[in-house]
Amino acid sequence: MAQLGSEQRPLAVAIVGSGPAGFYAAEALLKSELAVKVSLFERLPAPYGLVRSGVAPDHPKLKQAIKVYARIAESDDFHFLGNVTIGRDVLVEELQATHHAVVFACGAQTDRRLGIPGEDLPGSHTATEFVGWYNGHPDYRARRFDLSCETAVIIGQGNVAADVSRILAKSVDELRHTDIAQHALEVLAASKIRDIYVIGRRGPAQAKFTSKELKEFGELQDCAPVVDAEELALNPESEAELADKRSAGNKKVYELFVAYSKRAASGKARRCHFSFLKSPTALLGRERVARIVLEKNRLAGAAFSQAAHGSGESIELETGLVFRSIGYQGVPIAGVPFDAGRGVFPTVDGRITDEGAVIPGLYAAGWIKRGPTGIIGTNRADSRATIAALLQDLAALDGGADKGGTAAVCQLLQQRGVRYVGFPDWKRIDQSEIERGRPKAKPREKYTSTREMLAVLDA
Amino acid sequence: MTTVVTENCKGCRFTDCVTVCPVECFHYDDDMLYIDPEVCIDCSACIPECPVQAIYEEDDLPEELQGWVEINAEKASALPVCEEQMTPLPGAAERQAALGF
Repeated sequence: MAQLGSEQRPLAVAIVGSGPAGFYAAEALLKSELAVKVSLFERLPAPYGLVRSGVAPDHPKLKQAIKVYARIAESDDFHFLGNVTIGRDVLVEELQATHHAVVFACGAQTDRRLGIPGEDLPGSHTATEFVGWYNGHPDYRARRFDLSCETAVIIGQGNVAADVSRILAKSVDELRHTDIAQHALEVLAASKIRDIYVIGRRGPAQAKFTSKELKEFGELQDCAPVVDAEELALNPESEAELADKRSAGNKKVYELFVAYSKRAASGKARRCHFSFLKSPTALLGRERVARIVLEKNRLAGAAFSQAAHGSGESIELETGLVFRSIGYQGVPIAGVPFDAGRGVFPTVDGRITDEGAVIPGLYAAGWIKRGPTGIIGTNRADSRATIAALLQDLAALDGGADKGGTAAVCQLLQQRGVRYVGFPDWKRIDQSEIERGRPKAKPREKYTSTREMLAVLDA
Repeated sequence: MTTVVTENCKGCRFTDCVTVCPVECFHYDDDMLYIDPEVCIDCSACIPECPVQAIYEEDDLPEELQGWVEINAEKASALPVCEEQMTPLPGAAERQAALGF
């Protein structure tokens, strides 16, 4: 029998998830010395994961990462299978029966919870829901956000919090020509939000924003950034952090906060307040959120490892709209071990483990492997590392039997009446979205349901 | 706008930046790395990765480093892509220390 990975017997690998981690895993396989066939599964008809439905619509250049993925998808050894949910339409064991290895790159699809009273009151949302909604993700198109109150509160000071705040802060004119979903544009056009509070658990020296993101708040048409100078006082540890040369990014962020604190009142219709050293302890209200209780924190610990501790002193803020943006976690798939504490698949060097023992042939890459940290490109190194481990295991992956690969799975799907979407199909949907956007001078008008996307293919 | 590798990379070439670039826009020669402005998507992920802070957004570029915009564009177009992290150049650690990092 020919060697696994030779032209006669290519290595068949299934990848679950078509975001950055999935595509970078495919790229690493296709660039290897071996003959490889990749089947990349996606539960939506549309590929690209968070680059399509996470990256903010007003950051179009960042979305150009898609060009890299589209190029990978053109390889003859690559097959996209959209509209297929693993664990429902096809079982993990069926992927194992048809492929030599399975790589999970399915991301972190839910938010972490705050675990405070009132968290589930109407008016309290996760950042994920809002981001998915304004980006036209089918799972979130039907969500309702009541922007009829004057004050919104965002819990968290990372890049997702920055996106959510900025979308709330921008005028409709600033968003009109982006690929924001039409339904979101309409709701945002009627927004009564005047004050947006962006709340950080730690201090201004520890905010996770990048200076680039923060700078955008100083350049908005109808919204001015507001920072209370008193909140910018630093303890000696934070001063030491900022004085360190490694903290160039944090220092730039801090300097922007200082500049914002010195700005004269702008007269702009909206204000975005950056506030520090506070943690929510409860959301109050009868039928919906009316107020948020924030406990003031103080920092303790050595420089670079300071943690926030509650001081016992609280303030209350009137608000009808709260978004929590404190990190994501993964969701389990039947047939794969899950670390519920960390919200990831347990792995060693990218190999999925059960009670510490490696399960042959199962791998993970991206957020489902390491947790929701890093940005698009971080997943490239991560996926390459996982694929390097997979290729080291080549001998063990060869069970001797031939694997049917993509064709075998397609046969299963056809038998089950599951309508899968190939890459040429996606390109038609993509083209149709672009054409729909043209009359409105938008880069595209996304289809926000699977039904609409499939209808394009039937037309 | 683009992102630019400057002076400090010369003689170091740590290539930490390459591990986070989503689009393979870094190119290299025997001295340093360069960013291809046609490919870079301005995600800025590389900037905090550089151990010697050689990378800037064009808008933040100090006056004396402005010339690097053109050097990056010219060099990158003619040089090979740096696909993954390489061993730093000999003497990189000493140069890093000399630069005060």
